[in-house]
Amino acid sequence: MIALAKPRAVVLLVAFATTVACGGGDRAPGETGRASSGSVDLTGAGATFPYPLYSKWFSDYASRTGVRINYQSIGSGGGIRQLSEGTVDFGASDSPMTDAELAKAKGGPVMHVPTVLGAVAVTYNVPELREPLRLTGELLADVFLGRITKWNDARIAALNSGAPLPAKDILVVHRSDGSGTTFIFTDYLAATSSSWATAPGKGKEVQWPVGLGGKGNEGVAGQVKQTPGTIGYVELAYAKQNRLPVAAIRNAAGEYVTPSVESATAAAAGVAERLGASTDYRVSIVNAPGAGAYPISSFTWILAYRNQPDSTKGRKLVDFLRWALREGGASAAALDYAPLPPAMVSRLEQRLDSIRVGARP
Amino acid sequence: MSAPVAAPGTPPLGSTSSGTGPPNGPAALGSIRGGAVGDRIYRWTITGFALCVPLLLALIALELGSAAWPAFRRFGLGFLAESHWDAVNGRFGAGPAIFGTVVSSIIALLVATPLAIGAAIFLSEFAPSWLRQPVAFLVDLLAAIPSVVYGLWGIFVLVPLLRTHVMPFLSNTLRLGGTPLFSGPAYGPSMLAAGLILAVMILPYISAVSREVLLAVPRSQREAALALGATRWEMIWDAVLPYARSGIVGGVILGLGRALGETMAVTMVIGNRAEISASLFAPGYTMASLIANEFSEATNELHLSALMAVGATLFAITLVVSAIARWLVWRVSREAGT
Repeated sequence: MIALAKPRAVVLLVAFATTVACGGGDRAPGETGRASSGSVDLTGAGATFPYPLYSKWFSDYASRTGVRINYQSIGSGGGIRQLSEGTVDFGASDSPMTDAELAKAKGGPVMHVPTVLGAVAVTYNVPELREPLRLTGELLADVFLGRITKWNDARIAALNSGAPLPAKDILVVHRSDGSGTTFIFTDYLAATSSSWATAPGKGKEVQWPVGLGGKGNEGVAGQVKQTPGTIGYVELAYAKQNRLPVAAIRNAAGEYVTPSVESATAAAAGVAERLGASTDYRVSIVNAPGAGAYPISSFTWILAYRNQPDSTKGRKLVDFLRWALREGGASAAALDYAPLPPAMVSRLEQRLDSIRVGARP
Repeated sequence: MSAPVAAPGTPPLGSTSSGTGPPNGPAALGSIRGGAVGDRIYRWTITGFALCVPLLLALIALELGSAAWPAFRRFGLGFLAESHWDAVNGRFGAGPAIFGTVVSSIIALLVATPLAIGAAIFLSEFAPSWLRQPVAFLVDLLAAIPSVVYGLWGIFVLVPLLRTHVMPFLSNTLRLGGTPLFSGPAYGPSMLAAGLILAVMILPYISAVSREVLLAVPRSQREAALALGATRWEMIWDAVLPYARSGIVGGVILGLGRALGETMAVTMVIGNRAEISASLFAPGYTMASLIANEFSEATNELHLSALMAVGATLFAITLVVSAIARWLVWRVSREAGT
């Protein structure tokens, strides 16, 4: 154990030393703008869900511009806390900050910049089924409320006519750890079922009426894979990469849509059309209108202060965000993240102009 | 012979008292070079080191207590019994988590203690010397496996095994399904799974300590018993085990301490459901896994404070357990009259 712990401590020490070193380096304005290798220009912290994509963006951006960005994927909650305290240059979150959280932010007004979209897939283990299971939000809520307990329930059978549904018990599997995935999923259930909205409600962790808790996507997927009769939810990217069976969910337009990069982007497009010019982008896009929209989708956000007192850092942050909006979409799809619809990208780019670099908070 | 017991407990505390002893020897040597001052510096430095530990403990307790205070003020002592854990509506109670921590640790002790002591007796009394070292090494190796690896083993091996074989065997073949302990559907992740994985994890600790204690029992003790006409079994039961009792109890308590605080492996197999159920087949929750699950995404002040309160409770329980352990060891060793 000690032998294991030692190298980790060394790595931590080195990481700490680098952070300290670069913090000191920023104070000296006489240096050239280009960062020397090994130093960090911007630090961020937050959501784990977009971390694989963000780290690709950061490395692409560093090799193109030399600007190095250090990101700690400590969870959305931690990202919001650190941004509020001003210990990072930007935060990242899978759920928008609440009004109370915004009021507590020490650096003034916070801007929400959507970067990509995530979708939550409903996965299940019913070996008898050949076609994707069809579900509605209300039905899904009743399953997760424990009101529907058998796979061959009349209401499930009505949506899946002809499917060989077994007379087995349904076992619900949910995330045990607080996560943005749970937030999106419960947000959707609350939007489509009034009884879900009153009883467990929406949140990163809720009091589940029934079922087992698995830790992480892998915990839920592992449980579902091993046990016949289970139903659970995981991130789209995780479901795709592990080839899990996914359910088709009825969207607001009445179509049954399976989760995919395209159907998540379609959900954002449907909502984006209706957003006013002054929106703060703290919007939920679950149960989105529009053809082909997958209903359990959500933005993930980068959070930045509108007033950036440090002009060097502020400019670097705005430049990066602009680049990410413009160029980031291409690498997103390759990693199974849904890119923003093009119409939104140009509007967001204009919005970035409102960040005041060098201003006092 | 009480050395193995004291070692896991509070070695730095012990070193303050013994620290005054040994320097007297070198002091005589030191005074030749005219250095009673050096001796004093040495003594104060060592005392400082020793004081660091209680100081750290006090700091942790203070920090935990102040962070947990808002939750305790809001929910009162009912926090410890209440079984709601609803972050959305801000109602928190640690009852199921406390229950789960205690029950899973008890299962672990019940399973691991006989196994570990049996293994220790075999290794110290029966095993031929060519077998003793390799087997002891393998048992010790169990302690070096990271807990996340145990968790993965639990998910992929233990839980499916429980679901497809052990649980149906218990409830159908042995017809225990009607009793509250083994009722309900067999999902796999359960209090039973958590207890069993903890048993495997604490087994090497209990076994290693017990083995060392048994090996430290003087040869004369055994020879005397045999000379009085005892069989081998009677010799172990009446002469060796009583002599080693306090050390073995210390080993068991060390295992219990480990079981109470274990997080990762338990989280992966217990099912994470905040409910109190009599059935070992039902999923449960523990305090450590509750904190590990929710801390990173808790933004709400009350939620954070409630998690801190769970941490403070766990801290208090471990303190009480180790206090009981010290008392038990003290009583047992006094009774044994050694």
